[in-house]
Formats: sequence, structure tokens, C-alpha cells
Amino acid sequence: MTLKLKYFGMTAEASGKDEELLDNNYSSVKELKADLLAKYPNLLEINFKVAVNQEIVNDDYKLSGNEEIALLPPFAGG
Amino acid sequence: MSEKKIKNSLVEGPITPEKIATSIAHHQVKTNIGGHDIFLGQVRADVIDGKTVTAIEYSAYDEMANKVFDEIREAAFDKFDLTCGHIYHSIGIVKAGELCLFVFTSSKHRAMAFDATRYITEEIKAKVPVFGKEIFDDETHQWKVNN
Repeated sequence: MTLKLKYFGMTAEASGKDEELLDNNYSSVKELKADLLAKYPNLLEINFKVAVNQEIVNDDYKLSGNEEIALLPPFAGG
Repeated sequence: MSEKKIKNSLVEGPITPEKIATSIAHHQVKTNIGGHDIFLGQVRADVIDGKTVTAIEYSAYDEMANKVFDEIREAAFDKFDLTCGHIYHSIGIVKAGELCLFVFTSSKHRAMAFDATRYITEEIKAKVPVFGKEIFDDETHQWKVNN
């Protein structure tokens, strides 16, 4: 199973990419975040939210399949 | 899952005064409307550490942004007695002085339109995944954060 990661604005700058595919070896968002923070330490500076299939979730959310994950930096609309 | 077609609220580049005028004109056939209210967001030339913002480059998580715009619009119809409600937000470069947000509500009476416009605008600022890169006159940038 594969996760599609999407990055925007500050999180795209921190990771150096807009998108990537990762094998889904994670049981929860918390595990995925720990891995991403280790891989892209600049993410530590950013107060980002995680959306799974376009819904914002908390760290306890269970990852189960081929989900689309977005790392959303602070909103700036309007 | 619902197969409802979600409207695209994202507009490439600035929202033009002509678009707003046209939108108003389209409502003249709806004679049950007694009052409109409009909020227009405009890009400010903020000065930060001696550098001036010349433009904001907006980006978005498009699919989610349109879904949330739609949810906000639907929630406004549930809360307020509206005849019409429209939301347009820019994507891409919007220069200082140009418009980036157009919220347009219509109702039988003014109070509902006033309240709905404020509600929609505040919800957009808090909930829609739109991101803004503030570009300075020396071509450096910082990321805008809503409070």
C-alpha cells in the first residue's frame, strides 16, 4: 500500500518537494509524522496540520491503505 | 460518497472589478432579493523590516479548498436565510492593491446578508487550505499566516 504525500508552501520548502509516494509502513499519523520530521528537520519549525483524503485529522488517526496525505502549513486565504 | 459536483471557487490571478460588476448584473433577474452584501479582500503593501510587499502568490490544495468552500457556503445557507451566496478566491499572483477574495451574499433583507458575509469570510480565513507567499520588492519572500 502506498501513501501519496502532498506538500504546500512552507512544507514544500521544508521538504524540497511538492509530492512524493511512500510505502505505507505506518499505523498512525503520529508514526508518519515522526518519520517525516526526522527526514525533513525543517518541518519542526512549521505549525502544520495533516489532512488525510482532504479531511484534517489528529495524530491518533489510523492509516490503513492508499491514502492521500497533505501537510498543510498555516492558512492564508482571504 | 456523494457524487455532487463541487463548484470551482478558485480564480486564476486577481479578481477584477468587471467580474464583480457582471456578477451583480446577473442578480437583477432575481427579484425576490432585497439586499446584497459584498466583502472584497485586497492585497496590502505591508512594510516588514523595511521591505515592501509587492504581491502575494496564492497556492492551494485545490480539491480540498473547493470542498471546504462548498461546505462553508452550504453551512451559510443552513444558518442564514439566503437567496444566493458566492465565493471566489484568487490563485497565483495578485499584486498589492488588487483583489484576492470576493464574497457575495443576497437575501430578502439586509441583516441576513450582512451576517452571512461575515460568517463566510471568517470561515474562509480559518478553514480553507489556501497559502500565501508574500513577495517583497527585493524579490525575497515570507509566508503569510492568518491570525
